[in-house]
Amino acid sequence: MTVPRIWRKIPQYYNLIGKKCQKCNSLYFPPRDVCTHCGEINLQNYKLEGNGEIITFTVIRTPMPDPEGEIIDIPGRQIPYIIAIIKLDQGPCLTSEIVDCSPGEVKIGKKVKSVFRKIVEKGPRGVIQYGCKFKLI
Amino acid sequence: MRKVAIIGIGMTKFGNLWDRDLVSLSVEAGMKACHDANISQEEVEALYGGTMSGGLFVNQEHVAALLGDFSGLKNIPCTRVEAACASGGLALRQAYIDVASGMHDIVVAGGVEKMTDIGGAAVTKTLATAASQEWEAVYGATFPGLYAMVAKLHMHKYGTTEKQLAMCAVKNHKNAVYNPFAQFRREISVQDVLNSQKVADPLNLLDCSPITDGAASVILASEKKAKKLCKKPIWILGSGHAIDTISLHDREDITTLKATVEAAKQAYKQAKLSPKDIDCVEVHDCFTIAELCAVEDLGFCKKGESGKFIESGHTQIGGSIPVNTSGGLKAKGHPIGASGIAQVIEAVLQLRGEAKGRQVDAKIAMTHNVGGTGGTAVVHILGR
Amino acid sequence: MTVGIVSWGAYVPVYRIKVEEIAKIWGADPAAIEAGLGIKEKSVPAIDEDSVTIAVEASRNAMKRSSVDPMEIGAVYFGSESHPYAVKPTGTIVAEAIQAGPNYTTVDMEFACKAGTAAIQICMGLVKSGMINYGLAGGVDTAQGAPGDALEYSAAAGGAVFIIGKKNIVAKINHTLSFTSDTPDFWRREHQHYPSHGGGFTGEPAYFNHIISATKRMMKILGTSPKDYDFAVFHQPNGKFPSRASKKLGFTEEQIKPGFLVDKIGNTYSGSSMLGLAAVLDIAKPAQRVLVTSYGSGAGSDCFDITITDNINEIRKKVPPVNDYIKDKKYLDYAEYSKFTKHYLLH
Repeated sequence: MTVPRIWRKIPQYYNLIGKKCQKCNSLYFPPRDVCTHCGEINLQNYKLEGNGEIITFTVIRTPMPDPEGEIIDIPGRQIPYIIAIIKLDQGPCLTSEIVDCSPGEVKIGKKVKSVFRKIVEKGPRGVIQYGCKFKLI
Repeated sequence: MRKVAIIGIGMTKFGNLWDRDLVSLSVEAGMKACHDANISQEEVEALYGGTMSGGLFVNQEHVAALLGDFSGLKNIPCTRVEAACASGGLALRQAYIDVASGMHDIVVAGGVEKMTDIGGAAVTKTLATAASQEWEAVYGATFPGLYAMVAKLHMHKYGTTEKQLAMCAVKNHKNAVYNPFAQFRREISVQDVLNSQKVADPLNLLDCSPITDGAASVILASEKKAKKLCKKPIWILGSGHAIDTISLHDREDITTLKATVEAAKQAYKQAKLSPKDIDCVEVHDCFTIAELCAVEDLGFCKKGESGKFIESGHTQIGGSIPVNTSGGLKAKGHPIGASGIAQVIEAVLQLRGEAKGRQVDAKIAMTHNVGGTGGTAVVHILGR
Repeated sequence: MTVGIVSWGAYVPVYRIKVEEIAKIWGADPAAIEAGLGIKEKSVPAIDEDSVTIAVEASRNAMKRSSVDPMEIGAVYFGSESHPYAVKPTGTIVAEAIQAGPNYTTVDMEFACKAGTAAIQICMGLVKSGMINYGLAGGVDTAQGAPGDALEYSAAAGGAVFIIGKKNIVAKINHTLSFTSDTPDFWRREHQHYPSHGGGFTGEPAYFNHIISATKRMMKILGTSPKDYDFAVFHQPNGKFPSRASKKLGFTEEQIKPGFLVDKIGNTYSGSSMLGLAAVLDIAKPAQRVLVTSYGSGAGSDCFDITITDNINEIRKKVPPVNDYIKDKKYLDYAEYSKFTKHYLLH
């Protein structure tokens, strides 16, 4: 993603700033501008805590290439890496990486907490995108 | 709404077609379809073309005008339809709506993808554009990775096994042996699948559909025209199309493709049919797990029972509901935009009784085309 | 005016490599290396960790421990030899990650292993002058050591952060001073991946001269002697130097031990003395006195005389102590270590 595209979402990537529907209190992360439960458009920023549980996961052994089509320069994309869908304790689910563990340690239902990591590094010259990944508690 | 029939079909060989480009593939499929319908391209009144990413695969946008132009379609409305891997199925639906509405009498629905001009890594990245770039792909979630998470949960919830997943690939390869247009016309064993290179646990390389070049076209006609031009028109009895959340993580049940459920519901309702009436089905098996989910979500077995359903042979040719007699995306190949149309071509061949070595006894056939991880699903029911 | 530490936070990556494993690769005698350096294992950053991610984790711990409103932080200074950008500050990323700003000043700092303690001094000055209410001062590093070089056995990753202010302080900084000279014992030129060093020259004229001179001057000015302190922390490039320096100054093993981490995590460069101080704050009781002397090659030492206040008990338990990070570890073999640190790309 280009620099402005990353920059625009810094609060979301760094601090899990989601949205809360001012009518029905539904919480959203990733954020949405329209409440899918009640149709309300008055949604306000809402910071989500980083604790949650693994709903499902996979160990990626053929990685996502970096923007130039090279594979090696993305930190954390050195295979294998673990991707999971995480249900935050407050409700919303998101996709992220599970770090600091070997594939064998990850199980559906395990508790995780958010950590601050590099997400994408666009080669040795590009910007570094930071954000939330998760580790087992 | 008027009745609409498919009166002509045409497709290229599917595979790594190094000497072919986007235009030549499309023109070949289109001309074959016209020939099959016994019409000239000048009789075509409109075109709907499905292609996922001319931009990223061959750096070419404005594809509908380009392909219309080179197919000799002069100054008629040509429209590109994009819904990731469901682009072809959706192009058919748009063409169907066009003819059914009375706007045009003879319309082409086509699909094409030229995938092999860029490297495997770039293909992986391009396919991942069907998922949310900001909330899935950025974290390294590849397409096999997303479907692998569906598989992992399906196995966890329902006890589905890697062997049952592999059986889908084995069956589809077996069927493809009889399909001269298929990319892989060779049988594989369950062990071959389980031993193949790991891609994203629990999916191995042979659980995944391949990178393929190819094009497919069908000619649609109004009832009046169809009866005049065609001896064996195949009627579109039902058409369904639904979306779901673009991201898996926003779904209540990650193992259910609600878009499939809803699109099928629409198609069954329009056709006044139910799953037991379907004689054969082409489902969107971009990964083996996708075939398992499809069999459940289209109503052929209960949620969670597809593993056993497949294991007991129901989906084989000769089984209660033959699935992917063409070889499916897995063995026939998966040129993204063309797949939805190629599914319809298989259904037409089965209904016409022209499927030769893989022929089943079919009066009613279904096609099921999925975009992304189920952000879009398109279902059609066809009959003689 | 009293200025001091309002809160502290630390972070050490989970991965470790044993000195023995590195020695094996280079055909060295592991026992001799371990004994010579006084280091058994060192921390290694994960593939997706850098000085910024370490700074954020440590800063979030410091914020969680305190009741400081992030909007009240007026300055953010991080000392490091491994700021991920040559141009573009670490401080802005950290501030955003703790939801501070935009009314703060920041600049990235570097003075080998002592830029973090220099950051504390700068924050003290800003607080004392009334320019800011709170300052965030951190020392973080993913330390570089070339494969096969002596530094490879010690260069580690980690860091600590201190919130400096005048309200609700948990540790009063009674006095600080520096002792600095132009002594090129260790350096890294622009565009070089790994530092160079003067071998034995890093000892007497460099580390020992600066640490001892700064500490002696502090005790002279304050009229204190080693027995007045409950804890002492000296920069820890290896296990030997700080022990020898403390002995020369007249400090005992008991005073040194709580802040002595190098044997378990290696030399975290800008994080080293800062992590030592954080580990002391994890256990110190009100009214206890702490002496900290950092060292940065090039060369200089910053010395601090600190007294713990009654407030410390209230906030200590709010986040895990340094020791929890030290105990939570996963070992890498040299091949994995090489993959994590991308040695194969750089060397």
